[in-house]
Amino acid sequence: MKTLIFLLEKEFRQILRNKGIVRMLIIAPVIQLILLPLAADYSVKNISIAVVDNDHSTASQRLIGKITSSGYFKLTGYTGSYKAALSMVEQDRADLVLQIPAHFERDLVRENTQKLYVAINAIEGTKANLGGAYLSSIVQDYNQEIRQDWHTSATVSIQDAPQISIASSNWYNPFMNFHLYIVPAILVTLVTAMASMQTAFNIVQEKESGTIEQINVTPIKKYIFITGKMIPFLVLGIIIFSLGLLVGWIFYGIVPVGNLGVMYLSLVDYLFAMLGLGLLLATYSGTQMQAMSLSFFFINIFNMMSGAFTAVDSMPGWAQAIVQTFPPSHFIKIMRMVVLKGSGLSDITYELGAMFVIGLVLNTWAILNYRKTA
Amino acid sequence: MSSTTSAPVITTDKLTKRFGQFIAANELTFQVAKGEIFGFLGANGAGKTTAMRMLCGLLKPSSGKATIAGYDVYTQTEKIKRSIGYMSQKFSLYDDLTVAENIRFYAGIYGMSRPAIKEKTAQLLKELQLEKEAKTLVSELPLGWKQKLSFSVSIVHDPDIVFLDEPTGGVDPVTRRQFWDLIYHASDRGVTVFVTTHYMDEAEYCNRVSIMVDGVVAALDSPTRLKQQFGRDNMEDVFYELARKATRKAD
Amino acid sequence: MKQLLTFIRKEFLHVFRDRKTLLMLFGLPIAQIVLFGFALSNEVKNSRIAVTDYSKDPVTTQLIDKISSSSYFNIQRNLNSAQQIDAAFKKGDIRMAVIFPANFSTDLTHTGKATIQVIADASDPNLATTITNYITRIVGDFNTQSELSTGQPLQILPEVQMLYNPELKGAPNFVPGVMALVLMLVCTMMTSVAIVKEKELGTMEILLVSPFKPIYIIISKLTPNLLISVVNLFVILVLSALFLDLHVKGSTLLLIFCSILFILTSLSIGLLLSINAKTQQSAMMASLMGMMLPTMLLTGFLFPIENMPWPMQVLANLVPSRWYFIIVKRVMLKGMGFGAVWKETLILAGMCLALFAISLRRFKIRLQ
Repeated sequence: MKTLIFLLEKEFRQILRNKGIVRMLIIAPVIQLILLPLAADYSVKNISIAVVDNDHSTASQRLIGKITSSGYFKLTGYTGSYKAALSMVEQDRADLVLQIPAHFERDLVRENTQKLYVAINAIEGTKANLGGAYLSSIVQDYNQEIRQDWHTSATVSIQDAPQISIASSNWYNPFMNFHLYIVPAILVTLVTAMASMQTAFNIVQEKESGTIEQINVTPIKKYIFITGKMIPFLVLGIIIFSLGLLVGWIFYGIVPVGNLGVMYLSLVDYLFAMLGLGLLLATYSGTQMQAMSLSFFFINIFNMMSGAFTAVDSMPGWAQAIVQTFPPSHFIKIMRMVVLKGSGLSDITYELGAMFVIGLVLNTWAILNYRKTA
Repeated sequence: MSSTTSAPVITTDKLTKRFGQFIAANELTFQVAKGEIFGFLGANGAGKTTAMRMLCGLLKPSSGKATIAGYDVYTQTEKIKRSIGYMSQKFSLYDDLTVAENIRFYAGIYGMSRPAIKEKTAQLLKELQLEKEAKTLVSELPLGWKQKLSFSVSIVHDPDIVFLDEPTGGVDPVTRRQFWDLIYHASDRGVTVFVTTHYMDEAEYCNRVSIMVDGVVAALDSPTRLKQQFGRDNMEDVFYELARKATRKAD
Repeated sequence: MKQLLTFIRKEFLHVFRDRKTLLMLFGLPIAQIVLFGFALSNEVKNSRIAVTDYSKDPVTTQLIDKISSSSYFNIQRNLNSAQQIDAAFKKGDIRMAVIFPANFSTDLTHTGKATIQVIADASDPNLATTITNYITRIVGDFNTQSELSTGQPLQILPEVQMLYNPELKGAPNFVPGVMALVLMLVCTMMTSVAIVKEKELGTMEILLVSPFKPIYIIISKLTPNLLISVVNLFVILVLSALFLDLHVKGSTLLLIFCSILFILTSLSIGLLLSINAKTQQSAMMASLMGMMLPTMLLTGFLFPIENMPWPMQVLANLVPSRWYFIIVKRVMLKGMGFGAVWKETLILAGMCLALFAISLRRFKIRLQ
């Protein structure tokens, strides 16, 4: 216990002495958390649409007016040729094309039914999904309006067909504020990169410089040495996390609905798992270059697959199973649940348990592997 | 200087280390007495570092026996670690800590109490004439000072034995002389010194010298008697005579 | 020239001698891209929802059947109260709750109008929008197709066609994006760490006092990394074609040319970082911690750049991978030629030259 205190004293001295690194560790996450949510905004409002109007009727004008006034779409092209519109999609000047066929208005009345052609650039799936959904709901509204007009203008009163409508409400985020969704995830991503991977670099640095050899001939116990390496980064992680919550509150007005204690408990559980990973990577790397390659690999996979920016639900089953073993996927979920929905401990027992088990496995593995190589 | 007749603190019996087919250290058998300065010589790749790492408990031997300060190298490595000091070839102080902080850290992890550490730090700084540099970062010290500090730190906990792996590499002759004064001083206090070196003048300073060739101890005696035995004037020639018989490639 | 070759050979020896690192440099980027190509997708399907039917009449049963038979939804269970719905949301079990009120069928028969209540978990706003739209569409179809409304007049039916990626697979978007991200970061990291390591070891000083020109030192440092990255690029392209069904539709030569230009730009960033960093640790911090997330978000494959506020758009324009991503999408996925990407290529070339020139200047200053 006493040796642990000396070890901690030394670790903190070393970390704090390196002003450049400290600045980087504190300032980089804060700046990124202030700026990046602005970039990571998917509230879709500016989908660019090119309209191919082969009808030039009042009906087509009215539809176009309805689309542009919806607020979701930006009319970037209005032509008579489908080919011209497609080339706009090719050059990324339009995300989707709406083609109104010739004699649309006339044939709608004459044949009682008409088709509209929509082509969507589907490379970017989310935009394609949302764009298609918005456009079809606008067309449905438009259809309804036309019908009503037609009813009123027709002298014969037709009995209304039964209609089922939908009253939708959005819970937990009624204004559909995308920041509420993305800020907690970015915060987790930053804590992951800053705190946990530093453990790996730090230990490998001692390996490379040879000081670890000196430690190995001292009677210091492995678990004390490892605990001494982990605690400073645990503290650092908690500091970064707290600063992040402040940034979220000051810049994005995010006040967690749930309990702060629950959040910090989850954070410690999460850091336990992630520091274990850092430790494990350190035991497998001989040089800082290797530690970095491995860290980059894992951080990148975590960022891309833990549900921060992409949907875990959309992945195939095997991938979802893999994601279950990623601590960040659980912590991001917890954060969103606690911050937005006010979920309590009983709601997140599964996630907490999963992180703890992963942490236990990683730490045990690391300690076993550390003994062998030392 | 203490005599070589007192009870041995290092005993090895057919101590062997194999790496696959390669026998790095082959049936090493020798004893080192308390307070003795024991020179461990050999060309690069002769197996010195392997032998030393086994004795420090950093490496498990493949076969043979060895006790360090009465403790077995197989089963009592933790106890061995309490009784020894070690200064590795690679520089082993923390560059980004000050002189005093390094002393404090190493003393602390050996379990010394805070007042004892304070006293020890003051004493060491005085001995090394580094009082003014207590708050200087180690990275800013000249190499020779670092090496002396490194040695002092390795015996900060008053171990029975200290292992020095090429402690004076790259150091100027004056500093080397000062370094050896520190070694004598430690030896006088009863610390056994186990040292590897490439400098043959340093070999002359040792009570006894062993010369390793191709993983085996090829010669072991006091420098005077070795010179007699091989009919040479200085250790340089003795060493050359033995080392050129080596068939193994240097590392 | 012979001198230069000697130095390049030395650099290659460094890189190839260390098998473990080499394996990591080759294996890890490729593994990532393949993993992402298979795993990531934007298609929203099988969303877990809860249905509460207070009405229990033939119409609601029919509608529920329709909802559960669509691939969009996966009906988890039936919940009976608002508290239960809240609890299910808080546990993250369901994404949406669909409630048929008790007076649903009486309303429908008497007034001809009935309302379904839909509650979405909007903590993920996009998912909420998308699945609310899905359910609206299903109910809309039900309205027009079911016998309730035979003879709905004036039907407008949108016919939707998904271009380039009809199955809405994730790979066509993510592979070029991740390729840009990974190539850029790996190149930057490798270069900066390798050079700073020489500084740390002190061998850089030896090189600097040699009669060797600084530019040669730089070139010999960059060559192995360039080679590794080009090999990685080829492997990624081949794997994408074999396993992810992503073929280079346009000119492969053009794609490779642009890729090499992009790789060189990234290597130059690494060079610049290495000149400013004193230790490997700070070089890693700068490239891994400082650059990773911004590059990820500003390349444009996760979030559309035109959606961002203008300062972020300006910032995004400074990220080389943003331009490379556009090039890859156009050349690889849409099969367009140089005419369509000359602007982006020019920007990359400009960035590359500028970065290299700055690095070289700084490098020389250090020497004096």
